[in-house]
Amino acid sequence: MLNQRVSSAKFIEIKNLSKRFNSNWIIKNLSLTINEGEIVVVQGPSGIGKSTLLRCLTYLTPFEKGYIRVGSLQLEAGMDDRKHHGTILGVRQQLGFVFQSFNLFPHLSVIDNLTIGPIKVLGQTRERARKRAMALLRRIGLKHKADEYPMALSGGQQQRVAIGRALALRPKGILFDEPTSNLDPVMKGEIVDVMEDFAQDGLTMIIVTHEPAVIERMAARIVEFGPHCSIVSERILPKLLFNTPESPKENGILPELDRAAMAQAETAKA
Amino acid sequence: MSRIKLSLITIAGLGLFGLPSHANEAWNRVIQTGELRWGADSAGGAPYVFPDERDPSKMIGFEAELMNAIAAKLDVKAKLVDVAWDQLVPALMRDNFDMAFNGLEITETRLREIAFTDPYYIFSEQITVRKGDGRFHKFKDLRGHRVGTMSASLARLLMEQDGKIEIVDYPGPVEIYKDLEVGRIDAAFIDVPMAVFYAGPNPKLENVSEPVGESVYAAGIRKDSPLLLLKINEAIKELVQSGEIKKIYQKWNLWDKRQEKLKNPEKLESLKHSAPISVWQYFPFLLKGAGVTILISSLSMALAMILGFALCAAKLYGHRPLRFLANAYIELIRGTPLLIQLYLIYYGLPNIGIEINAFAAAVMGIGLNYAAYEAEIYRAGLLAVPKGQDEAARSIGMTGRQSLFHIVLPQAFRTIIPPSTNDFIALFKDSSLVSIITVVELTKMYSQAATASLRFLELGLMTAALYFAMSYPLAVWSRHLERKRQYA
Repeated sequence: MLNQRVSSAKFIEIKNLSKRFNSNWIIKNLSLTINEGEIVVVQGPSGIGKSTLLRCLTYLTPFEKGYIRVGSLQLEAGMDDRKHHGTILGVRQQLGFVFQSFNLFPHLSVIDNLTIGPIKVLGQTRERARKRAMALLRRIGLKHKADEYPMALSGGQQQRVAIGRALALRPKGILFDEPTSNLDPVMKGEIVDVMEDFAQDGLTMIIVTHEPAVIERMAARIVEFGPHCSIVSERILPKLLFNTPESPKENGILPELDRAAMAQAETAKA
Repeated sequence: MSRIKLSLITIAGLGLFGLPSHANEAWNRVIQTGELRWGADSAGGAPYVFPDERDPSKMIGFEAELMNAIAAKLDVKAKLVDVAWDQLVPALMRDNFDMAFNGLEITETRLREIAFTDPYYIFSEQITVRKGDGRFHKFKDLRGHRVGTMSASLARLLMEQDGKIEIVDYPGPVEIYKDLEVGRIDAAFIDVPMAVFYAGPNPKLENVSEPVGESVYAAGIRKDSPLLLLKINEAIKELVQSGEIKKIYQKWNLWDKRQEKLKNPEKLESLKHSAPISVWQYFPFLLKGAGVTILISSLSMALAMILGFALCAAKLYGHRPLRFLANAYIELIRGTPLLIQLYLIYYGLPNIGIEINAFAAAVMGIGLNYAAYEAEIYRAGLLAVPKGQDEAARSIGMTGRQSLFHIVLPQAFRTIIPPSTNDFIALFKDSSLVSIITVVELTKMYSQAATASLRFLELGLMTAALYFAMSYPLAVWSRHLERKRQYA
């Protein structure tokens, strides 16, 4: 039994993972261990299975060989979504997922996007789920958009809501699948700010990205993949941002963003 | 309208030829072409006029033989124009043929529109029951029982006037006797010729009691053709006098001593139906029919939605055998007419021991049919929701079922609603088909009222208006729902 409170403890262990589509092996015999609180950036040419790896980690895609341990839970090849839902659900609760194309629920308001998981999956009361969701929205600077529908938001705002939705279940880690690649530079900035902010909480993050800002500002460990997700190189950046003493939160961009958004809302009203 | 047309032609005739009148006289054309066109309904028309079993292109029956005899007397050829029975009078007035000759009774309503020849047959109504059923001996024994008959017939009128008999309307005698055999009705009460022909040879049925009531069949002829009327009357008279008519009726087992009265047609009293004068008096009946239509449509749509969803789920998420079954069902149902399916359910299933009452059969028939279409609509709707939505739902821990009901289905709704409403509107109108399995809904009410009163136009417009009043709100509601579902 692993003690998950210790930051040097193993959180995710991938062992001999192999995954194929039809006869085509996407991932071959991958082994990788990630500790609690670690920020891992995954890089490599497109189409070599980085996204597939993230999907395997929460069993959105089944795999053929090997196993994945997340905390005390173990995902194995050939598990059934229905039969092993307990284990799979446990893993999904611990690992949030942020998609390249946001995938917000368009028929639900922003606040409902955040609360539907806690209410339907965790069985929380509406009030409790709303309280937590409002706190998250405040933190990502979108409290005033709570009752809007996703279509009314900019791409950056939508991706921030998607991060909020992943965090609403209080996971220990989040998987980011190219979170900024659908966004223009200004919006990319918003997302990196939010990611950086939450990294401070000690969340484990696995980020598939080519965005330089992400690497500059928050990467702790960069893993470069080659064909079939073979590890080509690995380097650890000495300076871990979440360990920096001066927090960007106080004078940082986020409160400004919040204020700017509020001002915008005010002018829109007037 | 025919009156306007008639007067226009008369005026034209006056201008061109200086003829006094009767420019439309059918007899003129009959002798010109040597062809006497007569209207009748040969579908289920035995023993009046029906296709020969051995050669369906040949028409037989006592009326067919009589008609040939009449034509021979007039030195012309008889040519059958086949129309639905309740369309005989309107088709005659439209000049689709020269005379309507198919078990037509003389009624006041019809006399307002057309003229009748002398009677050629005196008929009564016959009670038929299952063999050995000792309950029925005379007309009054029918009280409190379900009795099958045909709309706009003397039999129906007699029972209506009695008021204590539960009347069940059928399109033809075959269906009546089939339902009598399986016990859906307790007795049949229709014209003697049909009872003699169909029930007589049937070992499971028997004709009981003396025939009830008395009325006559006569040929209908347009009022603008008095010459033709005269010629036909002469021909009938000759056939009666010479005994030729007796030979024909004996051959068909229809001769009885009452037919002797045909020799003195002026002494025959034909039964007179009195129809209400104002078409609005039929409105409450049409409203009642509309109520049945709404009930059947709503229930069958509910069934279609539930079953359609199950079929769609089986097709999208089921294992291979289940998928195959759902597919087979959808294709089979879509590939066969609803009318046939209704017939199979109501008249076919009793052959293997399954009897369903008419109302349930109607709801089932339409529901099972539309389920196939609904299933495809739902499937298209579900597939139109991006895959990422289900992925996102599962990524926050939802089960497949939760994702379907909370995330995918609500979004699919928007794509599903317009075609689904379309289907519901179509269903409303298709529900008129159930009249063939004895359910009296709006269209059947219309056909009954129109056949009784011959006010096809006014009642038809009323009926159409009622259908529109039922389906238009649906379209409005659908647009409203669509707009409501436009996010943001």
